[in-house]
Amino acid sequence: MKPGYEQIYKRPETLLPKRMHYCPGCFHSTIHKIIMEIVEEWDIQDKVIGVCPVGCSVFAYDYLDIDMQEAAHGRAAAVATGIKRMLPDKIVFSYQGDGDLAAIGTAETIHACNRGENFTFIFINNGIYGMTGGQMAPTTLEGQKTTTSPYGREPATTGMPIKMSELVSQLISVAYVERVSCNTPANTRKAKRAIEKAFKIQMKGLGTTFIEVVSNCPSNWKCTPEESLEWIKEKALPYFPLGVFKEPAKEEVE
Amino acid sequence: MPAKGYVEISIETCKGCNLCVIHCPTKCLALNTSDTNSYGLHYAYMVDEDECIACQNCAIMCPDAAITVFKKVS
Repeated sequence: MKPGYEQIYKRPETLLPKRMHYCPGCFHSTIHKIIMEIVEEWDIQDKVIGVCPVGCSVFAYDYLDIDMQEAAHGRAAAVATGIKRMLPDKIVFSYQGDGDLAAIGTAETIHACNRGENFTFIFINNGIYGMTGGQMAPTTLEGQKTTTSPYGREPATTGMPIKMSELVSQLISVAYVERVSCNTPANTRKAKRAIEKAFKIQMKGLGTTFIEVVSNCPSNWKCTPEESLEWIKEKALPYFPLGVFKEPAKEEVE
Repeated sequence: MPAKGYVEISIETCKGCNLCVIHCPTKCLALNTSDTNSYGLHYAYMVDEDECIACQNCAIMCPDAAITVFKKVS
């Protein structure tokens, strides 16, 4: 450190000093980082349990220095339900992509939300199956080209992209639903605040909390990280608007 | 006048995604296109050390948490 300067931002120590396997510019690692910043700032390293999905973030347990459990494909919500019921004092979150939460695991997700299971979903929505090579996901945008929709997604045969936040916000037992993104520094700060709020609501035991993060996939969208931010702004956010869909009254949270 | 802040970028952690460079409001970061780290990737570095305002935008956007930000003590 140079003399006369103080350190104001550093890599959280709860994020292990390893090189992450994600592609350059992928928001998975940004979201890992903001979760671990919260864990470090609140000093809750021994109180947080995460559940990993199958997908690009399948190795998240290698990077996050907290207790983690790997779940079968799509079943992170079911595993998190079991962990939270046995250890109600812990803060439990499931970290799932769109192939895991919105495709193979839709039933688990909807029913965990409907039962009001008191854990936090962190749903990474990048509109494509990243790990398997860029196939069409339920959240792929209309007209978006993927390896299984080479002429663009056709709503006539494959339907329209599923809006999970709107869907789960209809359920009575769900306490808090917000859609955030990481495409700008301001939105990344908002994403961190949303996850903090979800953890607070979970600690109060008010019900299921659901944070959807509109993410990117430069490798499978076949663009640079910079172009992927433009795509999010121009294509994804008009269809997946950011904002709070459901939240408890302020006096209940504080 | 000395800069309000400066950043340290871990060369081996950086993957050259350029997100810090495009979000720097004072354009004091750049991608080193003439050199690579041991993984064969270009890395970001401070091109103009006098312009940094310690806004942390680069560090917040960095997916790989490669950036440490220092601010001048007033």
